[in-house]
Amino acid sequence: MIELEGLTKRYGDKVAVDRLTFTVRPGVVTGFLGPNGAGKSTTMRMILGLDHPTAGDVRIDGTHYARLRDPLTYIGALLDAKAVHGGRSAYHHLLCLAQSNGIPGSRVAEVLETVGLTSVARKKTKGFSYGMGQRLGIAAALLGNPRIVMFDEPVNGLDPEGIHWIRNLMKSLAAQGRTVFVSSHLMSEMALTADHLVVIGQGRLLADTSMADFIRTNARSYVRIRSPQRERLLDVLHQAGITVVEAGGEALEVEGGKAEQIGELAARHGLVLHELSPRQASLEEAFMQLTAEAVEYHAHAGPAAVAHGWGAGGKEA
Amino acid sequence: MSTHQPPMPQAPAAAPDWQAAPGGSYPGYTSPIPVVRTHLGHALASEWTKIKSVRSTMWTLGVFVLLVVGIGLMAGALVEANSDSASLSGENPLSFGFFGLLLGSICIITLGVLTTASEYGTGMIRTTMTACPSRARVLAAKSIVFFAVAFAFTLVTSGFVAMVQASMLDGTGARTPSGEDWLKATVGISLYIALLGLLSLLIGSVIRHSAGAITIMIGVVLAPLVLALFMVSESLNKLREWLFEYSIPNQLSVFYANSLTESGPSGWDPLWIMLGVTAAVYAGAYALLQSRDV
Repeated sequence: MIELEGLTKRYGDKVAVDRLTFTVRPGVVTGFLGPNGAGKSTTMRMILGLDHPTAGDVRIDGTHYARLRDPLTYIGALLDAKAVHGGRSAYHHLLCLAQSNGIPGSRVAEVLETVGLTSVARKKTKGFSYGMGQRLGIAAALLGNPRIVMFDEPVNGLDPEGIHWIRNLMKSLAAQGRTVFVSSHLMSEMALTADHLVVIGQGRLLADTSMADFIRTNARSYVRIRSPQRERLLDVLHQAGITVVEAGGEALEVEGGKAEQIGELAARHGLVLHELSPRQASLEEAFMQLTAEAVEYHAHAGPAAVAHGWGAGGKEA
Repeated sequence: MSTHQPPMPQAPAAAPDWQAAPGGSYPGYTSPIPVVRTHLGHALASEWTKIKSVRSTMWTLGVFVLLVVGIGLMAGALVEANSDSASLSGENPLSFGFFGLLLGSICIITLGVLTTASEYGTGMIRTTMTACPSRARVLAAKSIVFFAVAFAFTLVTSGFVAMVQASMLDGTGARTPSGEDWLKATVGISLYIALLGLLSLLIGSVIRHSAGAITIMIGVVLAPLVLALFMVSESLNKLREWLFEYSIPNQLSVFYANSLTESGPSGWDPLWIMLGVTAAVYAGAYALLQSRDV
């Protein structure tokens, strides 16, 4: 269990993390989602006691990280794959970590086996590919068989096989009753792994909800209609008690999945339809809308344009 | 608003029911690994593994041994070949170890800086501090392990060179070194060099940049002497003399009782000076380490 209370980090005038309060609970995978520069890594560094909070508090099972005497058996973290001395072998890297926490040396071989690095255990880590570095970081996180695991962008730079492996690993760790806290800037990735969702933007908490709730509220389904007899169609739909929203251009949008009903209505009144497509707003789009005002680094287009650009790519249900 | 929901394959089967979990204790997974109350010994074992598992340690210490032994023996051989029984009368035969150690100290400085600064360069420091959140313990463990390694290597090499030189120069009129001569030329100088390395380690922890910290330390060793060489003006004589006397090369030579000047530090003074400076810098480095973000 990780508990954050009003956690704040300021660098000069810039607020990196702004009064974050939430709890990461055991037994589920909690996704920590936010655009680049939202403060995810800073938050994770504060959880680990690496950065001092400007204000607020964060506790691991009720204790400050700095007071943990054998922290690796409490919480294993993968912050970034490069937090390794390139001249040291994978084996020695893990061995020195194990020794500092009084973990038996036999665990080193075990975690190397778990992540599939046994054959390169004696090789210097600077020769490792990004994916191998990521696996070594995960081996270090699992070394103490911890109650809590925390991964910062674990799937970055991994091949599909590696991504699949990490997803299953996180799910199985949570199923064992561990607390799993994983950050990402990809909603699609979180949708596949996380049970609970914490979304931040510009350091502020935007959502703290279960994944199921998030999908229920944000995955809007609608029907998109285009017709040359737009005005008559509007009247017909209105009489049938169907609320219509005028979308961009000629198109109309109707909330919900009423495509059949609308098609039948149009046929009964002899109306020509050029388009009648049931659509599902993607979770990615929901996430973009949620964080639109809070995006740190915009491309040239403004936030609205970004959101609409993604809306056009809404997938069909 | 419609309540229709298309099937979402990624939707979890059931919402977690952690709300039902009893408060108070922290439920969840229990690590099968026995709980250990870690202490400094664990950190020392960890740092010992670290220092011996990187090649830069072997390089710096290898070059150190080569320099100290090579230059020491060369100096001894040269002096022996070019002196008659009168020219060295009363000289301390161990003093020719000085040149090798002066150059060799740069290797110890480099190793000291790398012990801390390389962790910042590679990002390893975040892993280290995560594994051992007590920053005081990390700094202490690094300092102890490094100091022990530097002292042991310097003691063995300087001792070897001193013995060879003493026997080489036996017939040149140099005096037989006294017990204190021996002690200062081996244990004394080794403590001094190891402290100089420890100072470098602390500077590395403050600067957090290998090249920067090494440059600063080489500057600390050389600059006072070089500056003094250029202070030809009469009014600066006092400062010039002070810089000469308290420069690190001159402090090193005090261990062989052949200081460049008559006044200034003598006997074991250099060791106490270096001990004081290192202690002060240790306090500063510790305070910075505590207050800064990793």
